[in-house]
Amino acid sequence: MSDNVLFAMEAALNGVTVGIMYSLVALGFVLIFKASGIFNFAQGVMALFAALTLVGLQNGQIPFAPIINAAFGTSIHNFGWNLPSVVAIPLTVLVMIGMAWLIERIVLKHLVNQEPIILFMATIGLAFFLEGLGDIMWGAEVKRLDVGIPQGMSSWVDETTYNLFGYGFFIDTLSLYALGIAAVLVTGLVLFSQYTKQGRALRAVADDHQAALSVGISLRFIWVLTWSIAGIVALVAGIMWGSKSGVQFSLSLIALKALPVLILGGFTSIPGAIVGGLLIGVGEKLFDFLMQPVIGGATENWFAYMLALVFLLFRPQGLFGERIIERV
Amino acid sequence: MLYREAGDFKTSYASDNQTFPIRFDRYAYWVVMAVAFLVLPMVMNDYWANSIVVPFMIYVIAALGLNILIGYTGLLSLGTAAFMAVGAYATFKLTTAFPAMPIYLVFLLSGLVTSAVGVLFGLPSLKIKGFYLAVATLAAQFFLIWLFTRYGWFFNYSSTGQISMPERSMFGVTITGATASSTAVYFTCLIFTVAMAWLARNLTRGQMGRTWMAIRDMDIAAEIIGVNPLIAKLSSFAVSSFFVGVAGALMFGVYLGAVEAGEAFGINKSFLVLFMVIIGGLGSILGSFLGAAFLVVLPVLLKILLVDNLGWPADLARHLEIMIIGALIIVVLIAEPHGMAALWRTIKDKLRLWPFPH
Repeated sequence: MSDNVLFAMEAALNGVTVGIMYSLVALGFVLIFKASGIFNFAQGVMALFAALTLVGLQNGQIPFAPIINAAFGTSIHNFGWNLPSVVAIPLTVLVMIGMAWLIERIVLKHLVNQEPIILFMATIGLAFFLEGLGDIMWGAEVKRLDVGIPQGMSSWVDETTYNLFGYGFFIDTLSLYALGIAAVLVTGLVLFSQYTKQGRALRAVADDHQAALSVGISLRFIWVLTWSIAGIVALVAGIMWGSKSGVQFSLSLIALKALPVLILGGFTSIPGAIVGGLLIGVGEKLFDFLMQPVIGGATENWFAYMLALVFLLFRPQGLFGERIIERV
Repeated sequence: MLYREAGDFKTSYASDNQTFPIRFDRYAYWVVMAVAFLVLPMVMNDYWANSIVVPFMIYVIAALGLNILIGYTGLLSLGTAAFMAVGAYATFKLTTAFPAMPIYLVFLLSGLVTSAVGVLFGLPSLKIKGFYLAVATLAAQFFLIWLFTRYGWFFNYSSTGQISMPERSMFGVTITGATASSTAVYFTCLIFTVAMAWLARNLTRGQMGRTWMAIRDMDIAAEIIGVNPLIAKLSSFAVSSFFVGVAGALMFGVYLGAVEAGEAFGINKSFLVLFMVIIGGLGSILGSFLGAAFLVVLPVLLKILLVDNLGWPADLARHLEIMIIGALIIVVLIAEPHGMAALWRTIKDKLRLWPFPH
């Protein structure tokens, strides 16, 4: 095989691993959109916040230390202990569930029956609030996140591909784990929504709010539940992305990349989020690889959006979405 | 007395439709104008002009433009900053290609160029709306900024990748460049702001504005009563982009002087203008002014209070600002979805009846 084809294949494989990250964020979007019709712009920032909280708990940071120090002239930073990941992750999950409850209490409850566009803008506000809160609680510097997932080049992939093609592909071990974890997560979510009582209630609410209410399903409980699950998905995305490139603000920018993923996959489809993420990830890497000599690099910044734009013109409901029907 | 009228005595359509039906408002308007044109340039120092008044007026124009799109036509755009960048780069290319062209004309032409680009990216709005359209405008945001930083032609192959405004003058007064006086800058922005606000008000209450609002309220129904959605949506994109383009041209030409697309016109600026529109009031001219004023003054106030007086680190103050803005957006959307302008309207209605509300 010629070198160029091999390079392209490697680019595509790397695209798969980036795509999985997009998928994880998009998954959170889909869950919330299905259950409440809210387009949650804050999903990416939730991932950032979750990762920041996890690092903070692991390192025993004192919450709000920067602002306390500034206000009282003290200089406190750490409790002086380090929590193992086994303890810190469940604690972070609790924080995310608490946050979901608070969001329902403070924001969503008051915005019931508003137009979707108002709710969307409210979540943009939420995104900014959480971003500021995360920075003030845990400090804004780039942090290293290590939960014990092995990193570095996967020698197994390198050797196998070397034996096959005579050229070793470079793939981060972390990405392989991300792939596995995403698969587990999606399977878990599907099982949950198909075979548990809460999952069935969730699907009922997604189908028809009012009908679900009339058979005695608590809408507010379901909302807290979905936002909690979205928070946990955000935590997973945050861990993956944070282990890869450090916990920093750029994490929340993946949220923007998740939007074209949703358009490709459809707003209401869980498999759509995964497939869309992979398509975007592979597409942007391949496009960048192929077009670099022609129009220059760094096309990753806009390729996803342009693809979504073209897609919207021909199939607005996405690959797996339900057909959009409008009534006057 | 203040805000009092003796009854509803409108005899003509024109008087029913006037901008300031209450006499007190009309006087207030002229007083504001007189202060802006005569008093402020006398008493204002450079710090005030540069950190508050000039950015405020530029953001007012941008917010007016975005308000036409979101508030009046109901089309959500997250690409405002990119269209501002189009205005800025058009100004740069035009004024370096035709140095003799009057600079005000350059600003207006830049607005027209932005209009054309806006219509191009507005085409998908014929088929999609809501968040879908938001994603389409994000494509504009990232693609245009990439284009401006990637291709040398746009910044005349300067080694820094920046564009910087050459010195231009009109009627013997230097308006742009490093030697321009802050008074000249102030008057340029003021003239454009007043003219643009006047234009926006008259467009939105005329036939064009009504078709936009019909599309906003329900596009299918509007189509049935004879509004052409193609013309309505694209004209809204064109007018909105014109405003935003002029704002970008002014921001580059008279305010910043030298910009780099990715830095000055990033996605955060799009959100800033969007927040001005939301906090100020969707579908209100006054709201654009209030929102821009609020979000220009808030960071300055926070900085004076926290950094200068209490000695907090500057980045902490900035994070706090982000947090406050986010919380405000939520509070405004919950308490008063139509923003500060609606709040003002409520106060005004109360004042008109005070002290006998029944």
